[in-house]
Amino acid sequence: MTLLSTRRLSKDFGGLHAVRGVDFDLPEGQIRALIGPNGAGKTTFVGLVCGRIAPTSGSVRFAGDDISRLPAHRRIRLGIAYTFQITSVFARLTCGENVALAVRRRGGDPDREVPAALDRVALAAHRHRLAGDLSYGHQRLLEIAMGLAQSPRLLILDEPTQGLSDSEIEAFKSLIRELGGQTTILLIEHNMSVVMETADIVTVLNFGEVLAEGPPEAIRADRAVQAAYLGTG
Amino acid sequence: MSDAGKSLALHLGLLALLFALQFVLPAYHHGNLSRIMVLATYAIGYNLLFGYTGLLSLGHAMFFAAGMYGMGLTIRHLGLSPGPALLIGVLSGLALSAAVGALALRTAGVAFMIVTLMFAQAGYLIILYFGDWTRGDEGFVIQQAQRVLWGIDLSQPTARYFAAWTLFATCLILSLRLIRHPFGKTLIAIRENEDRARMLGYDTFRHKLGAVVLSGTISAAAGAAYGLLFGYAGASFATVQYSILPLLWVLLGGAGTLIGPFLGTLFTFYLIDIASGLTTAYMLVVGVVLVLITLFARQGIGGEIRARVWAWLP
Ligand SMILES: Nc1ncnc2c1ncn2[C@@H]1O[C@H](COP(=O)(O)OP(=O)(O)OP(=O)(O)O)[C@@H](O)[C@H]1O
Ligand SMILES: [Mg+2]
Repeated sequence: MTLLSTRRLSKDFGGLHAVRGVDFDLPEGQIRALIGPNGAGKTTFVGLVCGRIAPTSGSVRFAGDDISRLPAHRRIRLGIAYTFQITSVFARLTCGENVALAVRRRGGDPDREVPAALDRVALAAHRHRLAGDLSYGHQRLLEIAMGLAQSPRLLILDEPTQGLSDSEIEAFKSLIRELGGQTTILLIEHNMSVVMETADIVTVLNFGEVLAEGPPEAIRADRAVQAAYLGTG
Repeated sequence: MSDAGKSLALHLGLLALLFALQFVLPAYHHGNLSRIMVLATYAIGYNLLFGYTGLLSLGHAMFFAAGMYGMGLTIRHLGLSPGPALLIGVLSGLALSAAVGALALRTAGVAFMIVTLMFAQAGYLIILYFGDWTRGDEGFVIQQAQRVLWGIDLSQPTARYFAAWTLFATCLILSLRLIRHPFGKTLIAIRENEDRARMLGYDTFRHKLGAVVLSGTISAAAGAAYGLLFGYAGASFATVQYSILPLLWVLLGGAGTLIGPFLGTLFTFYLIDIASGLTTAYMLVVGVVLVLITLFARQGIGGEIRARVWAWLP
């Protein structure tokens, strides 16, 4: 079943076409990587999907329903979790409360679920610390924990491994593989080893358009993709 | 003791202390404290919106005045008894804050400040416009005979003190419960990072509207009680000065602390009281103190206590 699909989805910023007529289909349970050079429109695209950004034209369907007109919080309530590219945690609240806010919104039990979510990203020991006091990498992990704590049907991660150490990246890869199958994941990622080792399918965005789509190995061998990344395309 | 236990003990202790003080205070301070408790209730209402939700309103005098006139006009013109009149005062604040909130919350930041200021200014002009009914700036007195609630004469100092204490205690405990409740925790999350709260699936508009209504209703309750306990309603309570005062009290006392509104109101009241005994330029003294506090105790009295001594202070 297709969990998420977009049709002719576009966003202009003034004269700039950040996203242009994107048709995108994501089957339930898949781990999809979304890659592309800086400024390709990846963040804008997922912003359109979850309702943070209003589209210029086009539609978004989620789990069979047209959600194009729903405000962001209603889309999140349908089971979309979104983690920000630029870390956005509640800096003056504790890590535990950050995650508890995610748990409470869907009526979960914070006492039980908060430690579990923090444990999955190895932050359990920091539960009572203020989120703003964590290192940048740990704040990224806290964002991921807040995403997990929502038990979403679709988890959107915008460059989650930026600022993580090598060992944290390894742990992240196994976390994603573990989630695969239960949760559908849309992963924006610059780190190619993460893409190659976790994604089922890769979509390449360039100048706001889908340039290529396919299994990781095929994408790696694709000449147009190489050209886009080398800036000669 | 757990943090929740400590904070409960502290706030109940404050209420017990205020209750006991009425037996020992000389008449002058006894009267002052009644006034301070009602005004601190107004500050509690203001703090829910400003301190806990992060919305700075410059128009809260309209809610205070809605309560005061909702109560006063129905006593004066409809001959209502104090009980129903108080209720109408509170409901006026509720209705007004729901309407103003629904419109003003379409804006944010500075625009929200200006829109609330404008609404309050319109409210003040409406009071003047209907001067035949409200007696405008001059205001009107609520007679002693009209201030007897359930056989209790609220113009008597002891009854008045007890009524003020009851109002203050109710609102303090209500807000203590509120910030422990998921709704209150969501308000704090909105204050900290509204975009994040929305992207966790919270309807931030509805939460903010709920905060405006709670805040406006508590402010109206304070306004209604103030008019009834001190026997007067006048347009000066709807001026911008009465919108700035709760902001000042909350800033001085510590925004986003439960005890802050009371500390700030108490402090400012006696500061003005003492300064005006020394000089006619007492507002200058208040201004200087405010500048000093924003320089050296940025988080207000309650905020500094939380930062330095009691980290558990809610
Ligand atoms: N709010 C905005 N106003 C104007 N232009 C914008 C806005 N947001 C994004 N853009 C522009 O749209 C284009 C796409 O930006 P976007 O952030 O989606 O790219 P990205 O693929 O996520 O890039 P990166 O890999 O650097 O995160 C860029 O040229 C960017 O400058
Ligand atoms: Mg981006």
